[in-house]
Amino acid sequence: MTEVAITPGVGNPPVTFTQAEIGWTPWLQPLAEDDLTDRHLRGLVEAARAKSPYFRLLVRDPEVLEARTKTDKDIFYNTRTGLPRAERELAATAASRSNGCIFCASVHARFASHHSNRGDDVQKLLDEGVGADLGERWNAIVAASVALTATPPAFGDEHVARLAAAGLDELEIADVIHGAAFFNWANRLMLSLGEPTPAN
Amino acid sequence: MTQVSPDIIDLLAGITPGSSLDSIRAQRPETREQAQQSYLALFRPKAPGDVSLAERQTIASFIAGLHRQPDIYEFYVNPLEESGTDRWLVEVLKAEIGSGQATGPYGDYPEGPLSVENKAGLLYRVSDTNRDVLGEKLSAALEHAHLLVFRPREASPQALQALLDAGWTTDGIVTLSQLVSFVAFQIRVIAGLSLLSAASKRAAA
Repeated sequence: MTEVAITPGVGNPPVTFTQAEIGWTPWLQPLAEDDLTDRHLRGLVEAARAKSPYFRLLVRDPEVLEARTKTDKDIFYNTRTGLPRAERELAATAASRSNGCIFCASVHARFASHHSNRGDDVQKLLDEGVGADLGERWNAIVAASVALTATPPAFGDEHVARLAAAGLDELEIADVIHGAAFFNWANRLMLSLGEPTPAN
Repeated sequence: MTQVSPDIIDLLAGITPGSSLDSIRAQRPETREQAQQSYLALFRPKAPGDVSLAERQTIASFIAGLHRQPDIYEFYVNPLEESGTDRWLVEVLKAEIGSGQATGPYGDYPEGPLSVENKAGLLYRVSDTNRDVLGEKLSAALEHAHLLVFRPREASPQALQALLDAGWTTDGIVTLSQLVSFVAFQIRVIAGLSLLSAASKRAAA
């Protein structure tokens, strides 16, 4: 029997970029929490993720989800050296703003605001788009992230030079690259497997 | 056949042991290891499940071609050329990459204030003749991959239904979505690090 995609019919869906705590609902059936095996739980990496319909959908391929989750965590949370967390989240937000992932942008804009205490600048990026003037260092990070997000990628020597001129060393530039690149993974999953729901 | 796979990002970004970029990547061992594990889970899976290895290589080659990355395209298409099971497949794939060329991201936002940012672009469909060679399942996958590569904000339940109607299962769609999205990530890491590596070598020269 052919399976059927879910059309959730979300009322009052989010149609602008926001830092509000909006939700997400899937278009394909996630696994039921009660049906998760040990392999699924390893794929989820954190037991708490079993509550999320997004992760319970992705866990249908537990090997890929496990590696993806560990990649994600290291790119964003391993901040002992390299780019500060706020600016990795800025790269994630810029990629999400460029691809048009309202849900991803909401989550990572909140993180960027929290870790930088620059909520107004983050909001400006959401409201005005990737051309917003956020000061040279942030402008350089946003421009590089957006160029890398283009298909084909438009990231060039000028982006590397601008990041270096803004004070980023090689490790920090590599962190910008990874943060933006990772959201070209995350955005495509979030955008294509479900849709945002309004904040409660 | 057991074969140790080299680190694919290092290989395709031209990062050699002892280079500046090698030491940069060595400071992020978990990222390096798990990006490789993601590749292996998708392209050397323990069990291919609902997506065959040939389908995986074909779709990845298509994505690399759409990103105009010849080295990455060669890397993914090579096993298909070597297997020689279907000599037409690679020719058809090249033709479809040609007709799928575009510049992204584009597409419409949900109706509202963001509609002013809508950007029109190619709505790719596999040609009728090539659809016969590729079959419904693979044709539907290429059309979905093109949607995800260039206009992910236009994704919809209808797009998933088209995959289900073409013979994809829910599990298969999850793997397909991960594959397209992972390759989009991998290409950008490779493109970014290659450029950084070249800049670093110039600075050291």
